[in-house]
Amino acid sequence: MRLLGFITVVLLGGLLFHLSLDFPDLGDASSPAATHVSPYYIEHTMEDTSVPNIVTAVLADYRGYDTLFETAVIFSAGLACFFLMRISERTAPKARFYRHLPTGLTLRIEKGGKIPEDTREFERIDSVWVPYDVIITMTCRLVVPFIQLFALYVIAHGHHSPGGGFQGGVIFGAAIILYAISNNLRRTLRRMSERMSALFGSVGVIIYGGTGMLCLLLGAGFLDYRGMASLLGVDPVSARSYSILIVETGVGLAVTAVMVWIYYNLSSAGKQDEGL
Amino acid sequence: MIWQLDLIILLIVIICGIAAISIRDLLGAAIMFGAYSFMMCLLWSIMGAVDVSFTEASVGAGVSTVFFVAAVFRTTRRTRD
Amino acid sequence: MESLATFILTKYNYWAVIILLVIGLYAMIAKKNLVKKIIGMNIFQTAIILFYVSIGTKRGATLPIIEHAYGDSAHAVHAADYINPLPHVLMLTAIVVSVATLGVALALAMKIHAQYGTLEEDEIQEKIMESEPGSTSTSG
Repeated sequence: MRLLGFITVVLLGGLLFHLSLDFPDLGDASSPAATHVSPYYIEHTMEDTSVPNIVTAVLADYRGYDTLFETAVIFSAGLACFFLMRISERTAPKARFYRHLPTGLTLRIEKGGKIPEDTREFERIDSVWVPYDVIITMTCRLVVPFIQLFALYVIAHGHHSPGGGFQGGVIFGAAIILYAISNNLRRTLRRMSERMSALFGSVGVIIYGGTGMLCLLLGAGFLDYRGMASLLGVDPVSARSYSILIVETGVGLAVTAVMVWIYYNLSSAGKQDEGL
Repeated sequence: MIWQLDLIILLIVIICGIAAISIRDLLGAAIMFGAYSFMMCLLWSIMGAVDVSFTEASVGAGVSTVFFVAAVFRTTRRTRD
Repeated sequence: MESLATFILTKYNYWAVIILLVIGLYAMIAKKNLVKKIIGMNIFQTAIILFYVSIGTKRGATLPIIEHAYGDSAHAVHAADYINPLPHVLMLTAIVVSVATLGVALALAMKIHAQYGTLEEDEIQEKIMESEPGSTSTSG
């Protein structure tokens, strides 16, 4: 199998090497890829949408259908992960561990046992528990708000600099994942529950699709943001710029929620009980 | 585009890629894959694709490494090849 | 000698793509561990993305963000001054979709590990054969 695989990939590599001699040169400004569609985007993006970052303009405006369905694909990946991994509470094994904070004793409570009620003295811990490192916990607690602020900046400033809904959403999700790693999964689930992440994921896709439908209702084509001009009270060019921000927010919400949701399911093997 | 820098980083990318698939420890493979993704992100930013490299820096080197580590944590580190 | 150097400098990006593609495909075919296969799949994906990004470059052009966009005098924008943004857009979404599919792939691998207790393909095959004695089918 190993030899067969090696022969296959060497043959494929040789074939591709032979074909690569016919490809356009690196950095050739007159290559087919650079001469057909993209000059229109580069030359007209300012007058059409007033967005200097051409990538954002093409992503959310000229090729809005593409991004809409990519967002839908990401949301369905989150759903697929949920359906594959999630185990309901009733079938999960129930041996829980509690730590008595003043003495450091650990209690193991079998299924059906009496769970300690005084939460000031008893803290629930994971089965593979290591003592929290105070430096890591505090540093992450201090850093997480700034990462989240940066993520919001990346989403909102995507018109003028590299960034946008996808990057900002992933950074926001990474901040929540950082909190889940540095503390524990249950504490994160109290702040952003699984239900909330599923809701945010679908709301993000609905914002994007709903913007398209709103354009349709206002008399323009689907995802043709010029129709939003009368609703937003601005000229059509600014309407396209503002609508890009709206759909980028939707993308950011969906991506954040799906990243966090997949992490919850992967790190706890579907139990949503004990995490990484 | 500076071709000398480009070639050096391409070399590191290829070394990281080979290391990621040949190391006999899944946690090590996950970390090597994170290094591979970050080097790839540098390469793209040299080629001028700043948006793509920004995405790769947050996705490839950040979240997907965490996913790999989470999956290895819940399964096993053992690998025979 | 001079022509060979220029030849290499105009094509080396494709060769790097081919090397990465071959590494990824080899990992997908020959490695028996499922997580290694998934890493190979991701290397394959990034090789394709590198291909798209490298055909978008233009010599002497700058980043695809329009300069002096809100200046007093409106500058004429020439397409030759900016890198082709279209491959970047297509690949940006592809990266985020690739991490979502990575999550699904890892979830499947974890389900397989929960079922068979191993991530090695040949050991899974053996366990399937043991669990259904008498059957000659080699499903796997």
